[in-house]
Amino acid sequence: MKFVLHKQPEVPLEAEVISPDFLQNKNIDEIKALTIFHGNNQVPLSDFFEISGDLDDGQIEVEGDLSKVKLLGYNMTQGRLLIKGDVGAHLGAEMNGGEILVEGNAGDWVGREMSDGRIIIKGDAGHLVGSAVRGSPTGMQGGEIIIHGNVKNEVGNGMRRGLIAVGGDSGDFTGVNLKAGTIFVLGKLGQRPGASMVRGSIISTQPAELLPTFTYNTTFKPSFLRNYLIYFCKLGFPIEKEHINGTYQRWSGDSLELNKGEILLFAE
Amino acid sequence: MLIQTTEILDTFAEAFEMWGARVIITAETEKWAMAAARSMTGFATSVIGCKCEAGIERQLPDDDTPDGRPGVSVLLFAGSAKGVGNRLVERVGQCVMTCPTTACFNGLDAEESVIVGGKLRYFGDGYQSSKLMGDQRLWRIPVMEGEFFVDESFGVQKSVGGGNFLILGEDLDVTLQAAEDAVQAMQIEDIILPFPDGVVRSGSKPGSKYKALPASTNDAYCPSLRGAAPKTELPESVTCVLEIVIDGLNEDAVAESMRLGINAAAREGIVSITAGNYGGNLGQYHLHLHEILRG
Repeated sequence: MKFVLHKQPEVPLEAEVISPDFLQNKNIDEIKALTIFHGNNQVPLSDFFEISGDLDDGQIEVEGDLSKVKLLGYNMTQGRLLIKGDVGAHLGAEMNGGEILVEGNAGDWVGREMSDGRIIIKGDAGHLVGSAVRGSPTGMQGGEIIIHGNVKNEVGNGMRRGLIAVGGDSGDFTGVNLKAGTIFVLGKLGQRPGASMVRGSIISTQPAELLPTFTYNTTFKPSFLRNYLIYFCKLGFPIEKEHINGTYQRWSGDSLELNKGEILLFAE
Repeated sequence: MLIQTTEILDTFAEAFEMWGARVIITAETEKWAMAAARSMTGFATSVIGCKCEAGIERQLPDDDTPDGRPGVSVLLFAGSAKGVGNRLVERVGQCVMTCPTTACFNGLDAEESVIVGGKLRYFGDGYQSSKLMGDQRLWRIPVMEGEFFVDESFGVQKSVGGGNFLILGEDLDVTLQAAEDAVQAMQIEDIILPFPDGVVRSGSKPGSKYKALPASTNDAYCPSLRGAAPKTELPESVTCVLEIVIDGLNEDAVAESMRLGINAAAREGIVSITAGNYGGNLGQYHLHLHEILRG
């Protein structure tokens, strides 16, 4: 099924209905009549999207400049969402299965509080990828978010399980409040990575300045990194051999919390 | 049926249903991967005395292993899924985790699985941690050299144990060479030959005159007991018998391996090739030599 944005919204569109689960067993007329919020106004989906095709193959294709379209793939549990262009905030929020592929950039809150499935962003993403919403203690609880470009602040805030891989750099507070799970940043970490982390792993192939509440443990070859990096190679990340075969500094922290988290920084 | 001058008897190997698992061991170098694999498959020739049968299936190049390091694939078989699980915990724990630089991964996609790393993790004394890759959880167990990385669970499936054939030769030299050539030819995927370098000289029959023993020497195939034992299965010219036992993840692989081995063993000086069975009443699988050779 294909959705093409034919009118640019002036304010954000909340299009959580564009999700395989929601559209299943609905005919094209029913889908066109579905309502979405344009700002604080409810409007039919067809006001903004040309809709064609069917959902027989379980795939939804969305085309256009969707940078003001929020909540695509919200709560989805199956199927595939292919986004040809940039996309707005809350992509794949509370997602529980299936796959979302974005060929452009994504806004803030990608995969917030998701629990399963996979989101792939070919470009950059905004703040708070895989995070908890404000006031909620727990962010992403499973699944994978793979971002080929850069991300902004607070990646994996409160994350409890799952994998976030960033091909470029991350902003400040990467893995803040991390409870568990794995965050890879193949570029540079911003300031204060792992602040208040409890468990889990933050890994970077670049040097980083860490908080004084982190303690240097050793420099070694963590076996598990190899499996991840080989997996990233298969996903199309340009992983250098030295990062697969090399050694990493291990820092444990945050000692203000349980001190069972780790930051691994490529050494040589 | 004749292959060259060797008679292939019209009989069958009686094999048994077992449960099997495949373990992928990787390490920094081939040497250490192989060291762990050899250790893990030691003392695992027969379930009769070792509680399991295990062997090295093949060496794996870097590209074929989960962590891109040199690897070795090991197959392990026991009488039940639980038995496989127990043996894996013992052997991965004592032989692989102890070996420098190794990691250990499940190599078998199967509907059933047994917990291995999920039990070994307690060695970490609270410092262990896990990683979830896809649907599979793996454990990082801190050790003095670094970390031991091991799959939480390993797939197990119904398998075939005890495929076999016996090589009846005119003398030791020709029989030993025939057995070595057969073993060389039988190295295919999904099977192992659990005995030392694939060959067993002490084939057994079930039971014994001594009540405590579940099995005893196969007197009908011992040349030195010709005339002393109640009966012999050996032609006059035979002075040496060697057996090759095959365990496999499926019947087809066991049969194919037997076909390759019998063809490689047949030669002048090998009087006949036969197979061990118990009249067909015990084993679930009957591997008929003539059918296997006809393909």
